[in-house]
Amino acid sequence: MRLEVGNILIKEIQFGDRTEVKEGVLFINREELAKVTGEDDRIASVDVYLAKPGEEIRIIPVKDVIEPRIKVSGKGGVFPGLISKVDTVGEGRTHVLKGVAVVTTGRIVGFQEGLIDMAGPGAEYTPFSKTMNVVLKVEPVEGLHQHEHERVVRLAGLRAAEYLGRAGQHVEPDHVEVYETKPLLEQVKEYPDLPKVVYVYMLQTQGLLHNSYVYGVDARQIIPTFIYPTEVMDGAVVSGNCVSACDKNPTYIHQNNPVIQDLYERHGKDLNFIGCVITNENVTLSDKERSSNMTAKLVEFLGADGVIISEEGFGNPDTDLVMNCYKIEEKGIKTVLITDEYAGRDGASQSLADSTEKGDAVVSTGNANEIIKLPPMKTVIGYPEVADIIAGGTEGSLGEDGSITAELQIIIGSTNELGYGLLTAKGR
Amino acid sequence: MTIRIVHYINQFFAGIGGEEKADHKPEVREGVVGPGIAFQQAFGEEAEIVATVICGDTYFNENMAAATDEVISMMEKYKPDLVICGPAFNAGRYGIACGAVAEAVVDRLGVPVVSGMYPENPGVDMYKKSAYIIETSNSAAGMRKAVPPMARLALKLARGEKIGSPEEEGYIPRGIRQNEFAAERGSKRAVEMLVKKLKGEQYVTEYPMPVFDRVAPGPAVKDIKKAKIALVSSGGPVPKGNPDRIESSSASKFGRYSLQGIDDLNPENSETAHGGYDPVYANEDLDRVLPVDVLKEMEKAGEIGSLHEYWYATVGNGTSVANARRFAAEIAKELNAAGVDAVILTST
Amino acid sequence: MVHMCTVVPISLTVGANRIVPTVAIPHPLGNPSLNREDEKKLRRKLVEKALNALQTEVSGQTVFE
Repeated sequence: MRLEVGNILIKEIQFGDRTEVKEGVLFINREELAKVTGEDDRIASVDVYLAKPGEEIRIIPVKDVIEPRIKVSGKGGVFPGLISKVDTVGEGRTHVLKGVAVVTTGRIVGFQEGLIDMAGPGAEYTPFSKTMNVVLKVEPVEGLHQHEHERVVRLAGLRAAEYLGRAGQHVEPDHVEVYETKPLLEQVKEYPDLPKVVYVYMLQTQGLLHNSYVYGVDARQIIPTFIYPTEVMDGAVVSGNCVSACDKNPTYIHQNNPVIQDLYERHGKDLNFIGCVITNENVTLSDKERSSNMTAKLVEFLGADGVIISEEGFGNPDTDLVMNCYKIEEKGIKTVLITDEYAGRDGASQSLADSTEKGDAVVSTGNANEIIKLPPMKTVIGYPEVADIIAGGTEGSLGEDGSITAELQIIIGSTNELGYGLLTAKGR
Repeated sequence: MTIRIVHYINQFFAGIGGEEKADHKPEVREGVVGPGIAFQQAFGEEAEIVATVICGDTYFNENMAAATDEVISMMEKYKPDLVICGPAFNAGRYGIACGAVAEAVVDRLGVPVVSGMYPENPGVDMYKKSAYIIETSNSAAGMRKAVPPMARLALKLARGEKIGSPEEEGYIPRGIRQNEFAAERGSKRAVEMLVKKLKGEQYVTEYPMPVFDRVAPGPAVKDIKKAKIALVSSGGPVPKGNPDRIESSSASKFGRYSLQGIDDLNPENSETAHGGYDPVYANEDLDRVLPVDVLKEMEKAGEIGSLHEYWYATVGNGTSVANARRFAAEIAKELNAAGVDAVILTST
Repeated sequence: MVHMCTVVPISLTVGANRIVPTVAIPHPLGNPSLNREDEKKLRRKLVEKALNALQTEVSGQTVFE
């Protein structure tokens, strides 16, 4: 599968009469965007805001972040199975409005959402303080069940991203990246002397706000399977909105999966990247056993010499991580794990809930329990009072002056376990 | 301004005597004593050892609480900016005394402590989280090598400078995890680590896998029909409205709730405070997390002696082991006092 | 003490000595796909298992399947 990703570098976003890209500026027709986003009987209102890097803006509670992309050639459309037909994607050409992100907010669904600060100390911990954000405050009609509320907002965000992405369809990209993974036997032949590497891509699937979708299917229901890395770039994997904000992968980070990008970087040089195995993190023990068995079997079948395993979330998914590691290492295949840590506010406790001696190569993306103080922002989009109840917050997190004192957990993407950021934790 | 340092040593290093003088009671002397001379030389003008507190190792270990109080009150008068304990090398009781003093200094005086010990000294494992313990050789012959890194680290701490890694500074890893920004993003570090692992080259894991405590099993309950059973849960079952505001993640507290007049948990009287799982099922019927309905029936039918009138709950979502250990100790104390024979602990 | 939990491997890792496996993380002692009556029967069975575990001498970590 071969995909050209054409990046259109956006320097500025502003409202305008038509939604279009002109000389690096994305103009957005505010009403039309609100209309497309709100095309659902279960949505009562949509408000559109812009939030740019360096502005004193806080967005809370954030549900998902999505990158505007559009298929230019090749089968299917973005986010297949959700807002496009379920064609297999990942081939042809896709255009990206680089530098822009759609951020969804609105009344809280559960405990598990997070915040983005566009300035101040909090901005250093989230990748989305560096993007120009089109913020959609989506409010559902009264009386929606939580599961439905989540679904409605998720789809609204995807529609908005696709709508904006369309503005890049006929624009010449500033640069084009080409990614290619061939069918297994051909790919093995291409670099016969290099070690074969598979990426084991764990998806959080524990229920409301803890889900992920693959071609529109709740990943809880999948048996681990093979996926070409380029499929992910076209939105084959979508976040079911955030659990603990710090380490639930927003859709944006799936689209820009850094493990895939960095494996491609060394592809043909130090390793032969033969593809991804997606697996889940379910809530029963038999599911965990089955999925890790299948994952190990599939990795072995593909002939991998080494794998990178990325976790999503924490707590019981630590067991999925440990099972995957143990069972794959047992087959003589080398593993590197990526996880974040929950070592307590003082950093003195055990960071994971489960453990295996075979896990001797771990990348840490930071201790999510560490406390951060976020000064008040001039503008708050959303509902600041939820700072006291969302994961990582505590009673009194929201100060009278509008400052927030909470765990890093509360910040979108702060300890992202795909390794999107620079954060790590060290033994001291 | 000169940094004020107080030094803690035992009777042997103070030149009072060996084992026969180990019951020496705490005393304080102005200025340097014994190994303090070498430290003072290393500090030069920048810091001054204003006092030395001396205590016999046996006395300290046999009267730990009282000796700690005495030593701390002696130190307090000198308003230290930093305290040095030892080094204790591989002397076990001296190491424990240095560690206990260090812990008390950090807790009560709020100033940093530097000590020095051989890694196998029992004081290391007991107190490495409180003090920076420089790794030393196993005997006093290593004094000359121990002083420079201890002195260097002491000055850095007293000046409030950033402390480097255990390898850079020479201290024994304290097991404290601290965040920092790396030069490369996590995914790139992972790929690099995998390439090295595949080539058989050396790599360093960023997180050594954790190790957990073990406890001996409690004895079996002899007669369940006479036993008082209590319910405890980390699944966040709380009365409707979460009256104690237990956090949805990283709980800092637990709650104790009465079962009086409750035979069944339902959406009117209870809910979950847990942010780590889909709450819909628990909120429909919290007996799915805490089996109150069944146990109340069993109590009425005489299948168990009784159900303790309170249930205990916290949220086990991202909650640190240290907090969980503290909750458990407090809950166990209350359950013991209430004459509870056995506990059913449910987790989500 | 008996630990009733779904993710038995975590319970084993962290050191519980009497372990009774349960249904699923969001509903360890229930199953929303059953009718009320059957669900309660299931819960009673699990609690009975826990009481049995409490009455059994163990020398080390034991899972009561």
